[in-house]
Amino acid sequence: MTAPGKKTEPLIYEISVTGREGVKMPDCDVPETPLPDELIREEVGLPEVSELQAVRHFVNLSQLNHGIDTGFYPLGSCTMKYNPKVNEDVARLPGFAFLHPLTDDEGAQGALALMHQLQEWLAEISGFTAVSLQPAAGAQGELAGILMIRKYHLDRGDSERKTILIPNSAHGTNPATAAMAGMTVIELPSDDKGNVDLEALRAACAGDNAPTIAGMMITVPSTLGLFDSNILEINRIVHEAGGLMYMDGANMNSLLGIVKPGELGFDVMHYNLHKTFSTPHGGGGPGCGAVGVSETLKPFLPGPIVTIVEDTNDLEDAPLYGLHMPEKSIGRLKAFHGNFGMHNRAYAYIRTYGGDGLREVSRHAVLNANYVRVNLADDYHIPYNRYCAHEFVMEGHFEGVEGVHALDISKRLMDYGIHPPTNYFPLIVHEALLIEPTETEDKATLDEFISAMRKIAEEAKTNPELLTEAPHITPVKRLDEVRAAKQLVLCCRPEFLTAAAQAEG
Amino acid sequence: MAVNTPADLKYAATDEWLRLEGDTATIGVSDFAQEQLNDIVFVELPEVGKTVSKGEAFGVVESVKAAADLNAPISGTVIEVNTALQDTPELINSDPFGDGWIARLKVTDASGADDLMNAEAYKAYCATR
Repeated sequence: MTAPGKKTEPLIYEISVTGREGVKMPDCDVPETPLPDELIREEVGLPEVSELQAVRHFVNLSQLNHGIDTGFYPLGSCTMKYNPKVNEDVARLPGFAFLHPLTDDEGAQGALALMHQLQEWLAEISGFTAVSLQPAAGAQGELAGILMIRKYHLDRGDSERKTILIPNSAHGTNPATAAMAGMTVIELPSDDKGNVDLEALRAACAGDNAPTIAGMMITVPSTLGLFDSNILEINRIVHEAGGLMYMDGANMNSLLGIVKPGELGFDVMHYNLHKTFSTPHGGGGPGCGAVGVSETLKPFLPGPIVTIVEDTNDLEDAPLYGLHMPEKSIGRLKAFHGNFGMHNRAYAYIRTYGGDGLREVSRHAVLNANYVRVNLADDYHIPYNRYCAHEFVMEGHFEGVEGVHALDISKRLMDYGIHPPTNYFPLIVHEALLIEPTETEDKATLDEFISAMRKIAEEAKTNPELLTEAPHITPVKRLDEVRAAKQLVLCCRPEFLTAAAQAEG
Repeated sequence: MAVNTPADLKYAATDEWLRLEGDTATIGVSDFAQEQLNDIVFVELPEVGKTVSKGEAFGVVESVKAAADLNAPISGTVIEVNTALQDTPELINSDPFGDGWIARLKVTDASGADDLMNAEAYKAYCATR
């Protein structure tokens, strides 16, 4: 979305003037090696602008942006918390920022020590035995988890286990992950409290089904923002069938210092360092989907992981760290050592808060979500209206008001300078709006949001066009989502836009 | 919400409709489903000649809101698909029971339709959701 009251910015190709140069290249001071003829193109099609034009263009674009540094961002499931700037200082320390990834272990002891400490802390926080920082994002962490489960069964000589159970309140990436790992998915329904339907789970694991169950993927708390009160029983049923338990840890922001998934009986979990541990996200930038495992899966971790090669009893002296590939590893998932820039940001965050501080993070995340939930319960229908975790879901439509949908509420919220919540997810709630305020917002901001949402509920009844035609004060008005989905123009060069316009007729 | 449920069709709990004529079944998604999905932007059609079992996913309907599997309401072999949907998937929104049909199957066992809902039962089922 774009900030209210700002004008739009032309594409950089529209500012471009043929022949204009922004940078004078110095004379070449090494012998020239001609490029092979087949690689030389007459028309490269790069924008031709001055340095000032480039600077203004991108500064203007950045001012049109709505980010956590500019406003409230209650985008459910995404944990858009404030990312402390000290993290950025730590990531930019020259010893970390300029370390070449091919530096040998001996020359990279500081970075390895940081990674080792982060592995240990993440293991401690979640109650797991070991952690790999390899996966580059949550979805890759999921894939790592399911590949480990698959390899664990194959390693035991059991090739019949190809079914992954997934509740219908799971993240959408879960079934995609299982399919990508060559598994078949059985979707489990939820009961009227939003918990996994235990009878359906028992049936799926019963009799002849049991030897086909590779495991279960479950998001805790679920995408309804609810902690499944039968979680121990769920773990027991699946383990009795011989399957392993995967926890999607994307919603870990509500559990820090309160629940350790490893102690609930989970075998593997991914963390989203870019959500829970405050490394930046939302711009498609690098993430980290570290995975933690129980003793059972430790030999299968993706590697390399950091281990202590030579310990020391001398407090003045540091141990020697090295990289180690676990014996039955599913292999490498990422070049070099994962997204190291995320490791030192997460390290700084954990170090800043400490154990007690992290517990406060989760307590406030849960408190804030419940405060907003209770204050909106009179104006909106909340289908599972009980204590929630870090987020809750409500329905974005009103009794007796036809034609106003969740999307219209979201668009109208932009007029109030607030980023819309997640729309139409989870799928099991009609006209879902998934709201996650996070712990970093103060009461005044939450009250402002509640007040805006109440006004919108009122507007829906008195003046629904305010919603259905929103947003009104942003530089770009309602976007044509159907056309955007059907007519993919993924390049902003003018000749492509012209071609697309012609195709449109 | 008023949803259209033609009386001559059978309906699956996963919101597909089925019109059985001899051993040929025409399949699409219901008015309720298209209304819930909102503007449909893409349909992945099954391949002609593919054999499907009742309940099996054999296509995908994608909208601005969500992607949903198309589940076979009956077992059979795909004999024809509605290729018009490739360029104009919005036909499912405008005419779900007519021009928005998705596939035709040669049915292996017509009794597979017996446990599907009739229009009245399906309408009641939609009202609960």
